[in-house]
Amino acid sequence: MRRRRSTPARQVRVNPGVAGADPVPVTIVCDAPTRPDPGGPADPDAATVALVDVHHRFGQKVALAGCSFTARRGAITVLLGPNGAGKTTAIRVITGALTPTSGQVRVFGLDPSIDGESVRLRCGVVSAKPALYDRLSGRDNLRYSAALYGLDPDRAPIDEAAERFGIQHALGQQVGGYSTGMKTRLALARAVLHAPDLLLLDEPTSGLDPESSAAVLTLIREQAAAGISVVLCTHLLLEAEGLADEAVVMENGASLLAGAPAELTRRYWPRAIARFSTAEPDHAGVLADREGVTSYRRLADGRAEVELDDLGRVPELVRALVDAGAKVTAVEPFAPTLEDLYFAIRGLQRGTMTAVPA
Amino acid sequence: MTAVAAPRRRGRLDWDRVATIARTDLRQLVQNRDFWLPMVALGAIFFVVIPAMLLVSITKLGNIHAVNQISQALDALPARAKAQILGTTSTGRTSYALAVYLFAPVAIVVPLTIATAVGASTIVGERERGTGEFLAHSPASVGEIYLGKLIASLLPGYVTTVVGFGLYSLIVNVTVGPEVGGWFFPTREWWILIAWVVPPFLALTLSLVLRLSARVKSTAAAQQAAGLVSLPLIIIAYTQSTGALFGAANAGWYIGAGAWVIALFGLRRGMAAMSRNRLLGVADES
Repeated sequence: MRRRRSTPARQVRVNPGVAGADPVPVTIVCDAPTRPDPGGPADPDAATVALVDVHHRFGQKVALAGCSFTARRGAITVLLGPNGAGKTTAIRVITGALTPTSGQVRVFGLDPSIDGESVRLRCGVVSAKPALYDRLSGRDNLRYSAALYGLDPDRAPIDEAAERFGIQHALGQQVGGYSTGMKTRLALARAVLHAPDLLLLDEPTSGLDPESSAAVLTLIREQAAAGISVVLCTHLLLEAEGLADEAVVMENGASLLAGAPAELTRRYWPRAIARFSTAEPDHAGVLADREGVTSYRRLADGRAEVELDDLGRVPELVRALVDAGAKVTAVEPFAPTLEDLYFAIRGLQRGTMTAVPA
Repeated sequence: MTAVAAPRRRGRLDWDRVATIARTDLRQLVQNRDFWLPMVALGAIFFVVIPAMLLVSITKLGNIHAVNQISQALDALPARAKAQILGTTSTGRTSYALAVYLFAPVAIVVPLTIATAVGASTIVGERERGTGEFLAHSPASVGEIYLGKLIASLLPGYVTTVVGFGLYSLIVNVTVGPEVGGWFFPTREWWILIAWVVPPFLALTLSLVLRLSARVKSTAAAQQAAGLVSLPLIIIAYTQSTGALFGAANAGWYIGAGAWVIALFGLRRGMAAMSRNRLLGVADES
């Protein structure tokens, strides 16, 4: 099956009222109007997953506080946030394992708190802990899952699923003797055994060495490429960077921002940015008044960062620096990453970042 | 793509899933030698070792001092119980009383202990191992999960009852039978007890234990709580040993029937109290 891609609804959203945090009025200035509830699609039933203003409490503890996002079919949606941001609770709400205190949840157009079995039959979940039965063999773990999902354990594609994740050689061993990487691979094989339409992965690379981690991420990409919708929780920005078709930045149970990473960064930094290094940092000051430079600032490491109306102006800026007697040692265009965006948004949320690119 | 079963009508139980959960729990139990070896040892002590040693000592070795002491103790039994004691000799009557009124009621605690130990660890154990998350996200309903775990806890207890009393019958009939005119155990009352009274008591106790194990935070706490739940049946077993409880001809049938009613009520309540929150370990926070 080919991966289905549709034009995503571009969303920029900031939730100023995050429970448990000091309310900091936040505005993201961008070239598109900020929508009051951009996390929710026009038609919630059109997306594989749609959470609209979902709240959940455990007694006095707030787990979700206005969480809204959508996950498209065949796309990888990454929930980004620190520990306690509400990512795991969001996953639990999606499968109907938890019923939210308020808000709307739709998965395949169904309400998981009502049609839980229908939803869960189409979901594959890998929890933060692999949640495997250590005393059973890998094969028996998969057979158990197959039977619970209504498959005949004798006919279920156990060997195929295990082979896809490179764990077929260990199917006969007790899972208690597996390494962390092997457990994650088996948990992934178990999650896809019943050919789900939605994969929910809660920090699947947690505790893995870089090599195993990269292998798992590749396997996840392959699942999405096969048309499976993926919702992945992580606090690892680098992991999210190369993986996310859509990113949802979460903090204190609220979704601060949701959308495609490239689009989000483009909206947050709508103009071209270049960074100049000079032998004498003071010389870079001449850039501030040049034509086409819309903003200028000195970074902590001494470099000058300028926003330009066009990246093509860089040669003339270099010339201006040279004319001013500066020895230019490096010029680099700045391509903001998801990590930059994440820290910018969280900086705004905490009030530690005051300047917003115009 | 693999075809996944269509969802069933809401509220209907999928017995295949119940059986799958029970079978998997039992398979894990069999794999866990650290768990079942002590249980087998416990059963062997109560059903085989102690009865065999004492009854052989009395009947074959002629331990007169022990016979006299126990004979005096038999006077404390209710008249109806004393009338049922078989045998013409002091040794035979003493051995019969020990076999029917003392060792057997004490041994009945063993299946209860095994069932409660399995039951206590079943849900809280899933939470501790993190596998509760898997079940909570699975399509199995909480009712199916509850019943699967109940069956997985009930079966070891009842198998212990049948196998344990089978061995016990063999031992007491071989050692005491010749003294009282032939094989005598299980007596009519003990047949009723094993087949009709023990199963609902196991189910009732387990319904409470499963509720407790879903509420407490560790397996150890669940087992301690289970110990408290077991006390009433231990008391019943000792009462039986005096002959007071089953003295009336049909008392066993009535007690069993009452126990079944209470057990079914308890199971219904237990199933209603079960939730995915408990499997996830977040119930205490809500």
